Amino acid sequence: MSNKDDRRKAPAGERVADWADGRLGIYSLAKANMRKIFPDHWSFMLGEICLYSFIIIILTGVYLTLFFHPSMNEVEYHGSYVPLQGQLMSEAFNSTMHISFDVRGGLLIRQIHHWAAVIFLAGMFVHMMRVFFTGAFRKPREINWLFGFLLFVLGMFTGFTGYSLPDDLLSGTGVRFTQGAILSVPIVGTYISMFLFGGEFPGGDFVARFYSIHILLLPGIMLGLVVGHLILVFYHKHTQFAGPGRTNKNVVGMPLLPVYMAKAGGFFFLVFGAIAAIAGFASINPIWVLGPYRPDQVSTGAQPDWYMGFAEGLIRAMPGWEINFWGHTLVLGVFIPLVLFGVFLGMIAMYPFIESWVTGDKREHHILDRPRNAPTRTAFGVAWVTGYMIMLIGGGNDIFATHFHLSINAVTWFVRIGFFAGPVIAFVVTKRICLGLQRRDKDKVLHGRETGTIKRLPHGEFIEVHEPLSQEALYTLTSHEQYTPAEIGPTVDENGVERKVGRGEKVRVKLSKAYYGEENQIPKPTVEEYKEITSGHGHH
Amino acid sequence: MAALVVLLLALACTGGLYAAFAPASKAQADETAQSLAIDEGKKLYAVGCASCHGTGGQGGSDGPSLVGVGAAAVDFQVSTGRMPAATSQGVQVPTKKNIYTQAEIDQLAAYIASFGAGPNVPTEAQYGPEGADIAKGGDLFRTNCAQCHNFTGKGGALTRGKYAPSLEDVDPKHIYEAMQTGPQNMPSFPDTTLSEQNKKDIIAYLDAVNSSDSESPGGLELGGLGPVSEGLFGWIFGLGGLIAVAVWVAARTAKAKKS
Amino acid sequence: MSSQDIPEENLPAEQDHAHGAVGVADEKNPFADPGLPPHEHRIQDIDERAAKRSERAVAFMFTLSMLATVGFIVSYVTIPHDKSVFIFPLGHISALNFALGMTLGAALFCIGAGAVHWARTLMSDVEIADERHAIAAEPEVKAKVMADFRDGAKESALGRRKLIRNTMFGALALFPLSSVMLLRDLGPLPGDKLRHTLWAKGKLLVNMNTNEPLRPSDVAVGSLTFAKPEGLEEHDHDFQTEIAKAALMIVRIQPDNIKDKRELEWSHQGIVAYSKICTHVGCPISLYEQQTHHVLCPCHQSTFDLSDGARVIFGPAGHALPQLRIGVNDEGYLEALGDFEEPVGPAFWERG
Repeated sequence: MSNKDDRRKAPAGERVADWADGRLGIYSLAKANMRKIFPDHWSFMLGEICLYSFIIIILTGVYLTLFFHPSMNEVEYHGSYVPLQGQLMSEAFNSTMHISFDVRGGLLIRQIHHWAAVIFLAGMFVHMMRVFFTGAFRKPREINWLFGFLLFVLGMFTGFTGYSLPDDLLSGTGVRFTQGAILSVPIVGTYISMFLFGGEFPGGDFVARFYSIHILLLPGIMLGLVVGHLILVFYHKHTQFAGPGRTNKNVVGMPLLPVYMAKAGGFFFLVFGAIAAIAGFASINPIWVLGPYRPDQVSTGAQPDWYMGFAEGLIRAMPGWEINFWGHTLVLGVFIPLVLFGVFLGMIAMYPFIESWVTGDKREHHILDRPRNAPTRTAFGVAWVTGYMIMLIGGGNDIFATHFHLSINAVTWFVRIGFFAGPVIAFVVTKRICLGLQRRDKDKVLHGRETGTIKRLPHGEFIEVHEPLSQEALYTLTSHEQYTPAEIGPTVDENGVERKVGRGEKVRVKLSKAYYGEENQIPKPTVEEYKEITSGHGHH
Repeated sequence: MAALVVLLLALACTGGLYAAFAPASKAQADETAQSLAIDEGKKLYAVGCASCHGTGGQGGSDGPSLVGVGAAAVDFQVSTGRMPAATSQGVQVPTKKNIYTQAEIDQLAAYIASFGAGPNVPTEAQYGPEGADIAKGGDLFRTNCAQCHNFTGKGGALTRGKYAPSLEDVDPKHIYEAMQTGPQNMPSFPDTTLSEQNKKDIIAYLDAVNSSDSESPGGLELGGLGPVSEGLFGWIFGLGGLIAVAVWVAARTAKAKKS
Repeated sequence: MSSQDIPEENLPAEQDHAHGAVGVADEKNPFADPGLPPHEHRIQDIDERAAKRSERAVAFMFTLSMLATVGFIVSYVTIPHDKSVFIFPLGHISALNFALGMTLGAALFCIGAGAVHWARTLMSDVEIADERHAIAAEPEVKAKVMADFRDGAKESALGRRKLIRNTMFGALALFPLSSVMLLRDLGPLPGDKLRHTLWAKGKLLVNMNTNEPLRPSDVAVGSLTFAKPEGLEEHDHDFQTEIAKAALMIVRIQPDNIKDKRELEWSHQGIVAYSKICTHVGCPISLYEQQTHHVLCPCHQSTFDLSDGARVIFGPAGHALPQLRIGVNDEGYLEALGDFEEPVGPAFWERG
């Protein structure tokens, strides 16, 4: 502690900071971070939406634990909701009813919790796509990409376990589905099922077990990953779009203190406020109309929350393949979708490593790509999203059938074919569009912007006046990097010894051509081209 | 057309069976009034029904036999507008505007019931709310009805374009008749397996949760369709709204005009 | 990844000659980076009245937030929790939930809106460039770390004293087994639990709705009935687990319309009893179409033909619904003639 004189002189805040610095070294931390620069772009705030909805989920979740009883003991309902009076239900369902109808504000907190979860997952999906399409996953951010991917997957399972806790008829149906899917796992399926449910389905244990997974295990891991994700964002400094004065070696924007403190801090309140308002006027998961779970009851329109809809679609579209041999059953109709679910998600997780292997680029990248300037990557991403969306439609095929007056069988067949054809079509079309946009950029650089003004030349010809681009625009449109396709290196090394060309290298060269070959990117305008055209300015 | 034939055939079967087990006294009524109604019904039948179902209700290539379908089936089919059906049908005959008065329907029902007895039109005492147990009705609804009509009776998809219609604001009498007679592809729930009291409970439950006046404490119901509509709402209004806010937060503030 | 590394010169130059350091565009380099554009002032920067307006707007937001919080507390205290109001287009909704949501939403949103408006209009909007530094360490740092590591490793003598190393790895690899062992009592072994249900010879078929045993005459053609085994009551502690396997769906089909010979044999005058649990992943399947005799699963749309041995005709289910053999006892009630002959519900590895 400082002596009396100091205490009198320094303002209170400074004295507290001194105290903390003596123990935590906060001044050194603040030196590096207090005026940290963040670039301004709306798409850079998608991650903040996720972070804030995560915090909201934790806050409201803690409140809900004060009232929720994770028990499957059967009780009779005697709360204030009339249409369930006297019905048998688990304590889990009963306490959720209590929260919804007899705790003032309980319904609001429940709905904030659930809406925030839906938005959290949607936000992560869009954030991930933003990072993907702008190439922000490139070195040095691959690990952070994986952290984010893990957060998305863990978020799905945290959402799923939470959705199952009220033990209502809809979520119970989802748990039954999960149990059926587990049974399909060869050799160990029945054992996993028995261990997870403490015996046969539904038994009396799964709510309590899902509860500790939902409120402790998964959120604990996620919290760690979120902190790691944020530390890496700070450490790497944020990426930025190309523009005048923005290079790979700097980051241009506003300082954390005060602008981003106010903007990001304010955004937390904006997100929380918006979700609270939504929870005030839009119902989510009204368990009282769903009723308590009974394994012999069901409702049509049984769907999981949207983030599991992709898995639901896979399972709905799959044909019923089942192989019996030597007294065993291989339930391919369920097991293949289960595996595909992991593989399809894994594809996007592994993408950064595949791309960096193809390019062989080991440098750091802090300037974002415009999606059009990486046509193959963009096309791959759109194809992936297309496959994902088609499976989402598959997951809701009954709802789509009734609302668009289609046959459910037709929708299922559309999904079956679409899952294979859709991504291919999306890939080709997206690539074409990207190349078209690249051409347009090139034209703009070389010929200027179309002004829409028509001029008549002395000899009677009409021309549109093109206005040359500003220096800023010229720079921005030509600053992207273009790779040249890799080629098979010399097959004879410097000592004249023949070198074996491995299969890996051949694949890489092929992929590199597919990425950066002549047909697959439009060479950006060169200084020579530009000079040739501008020197003859006036002729059109 | 084939579907229609099958439909009416099935109707005939259920009615016939019902007739076999129903107490005989049910079909008895005041004879003179009855025969008058039958005469009137016969005229209506000749205009609206005979072309498909045959002049004596024996059925034909376009419509099945109506022998034994009973008054309840006639009342349901005609007053919900399903019958008379348009000549070309899809997989399912939809409901449309009813063009008959209740008196005409009763006459038609009386005439068709004269082909062979079937279930009668239920009385208010049978489907009215008195003495109904709403919670029991909810349990019965989830066991017997929700699988096709959804938790709150919003309806749902069946195979090959068929569907279970929404039950919102459907007349309790028609719900009762539908359970009793099993129209089109809906199975019937005769009193022997779903008692009169059971039916009353189910109707009372539907009235409590599925009429346009029923409460949705949490707010906007989003169609009562569950996670699909919730997900869409969350994406479009939730995330969409927040992105709109983000655009505002990150956008540049307007600059002073250069002078 | 045995391939050669791509040579540096094949990669695009980080700053190719057209994109040299910040400079003025000239003959040689028309695409030069002009550098950060000069800062332009906002109205608030040059006009104090505009700045005052912004200040008032921010303060107004914060005040609104305070009022909304007061509104929240007032709503919480005054609105009864079971009061319902009609609000167009939301419908009849809980007054308390709506009031709390709106006031809490407004209180929070206004704080955020005020802070952001403050940042956007009154805080400096001069863009600042911050230098980046390479993430990877300088070679000297790396050399120092490698040397330190070598020293440490050498001092530990881990490489030299192989016995210590090997036993340590052994111990570390083995000890997690104890935690795996602890998981054993999470549940029983499967045994033949999935093969048996409560159904047995002589058990009556009890109607789910009325809790009365069924007679053949109760079941009409075209009707749909659900049944449970006699003796299983809703209050039983194992009701959920038992009904999850024993739930039964009963329909009556004209015997002429039954295409499958075994189905007809196992029925009673066209009354057939099938497991209600879907063979795909176990949803209670029961969307019965009485004219087509098709039954659809609401979860994943597997479709079974109940007039043809409950064969799968569409969707992801892999095998037919198990049929329960039924008959009539001396008192004229429907009874089971045994348990299901195959496991009900989803398929599993040991099912065979």
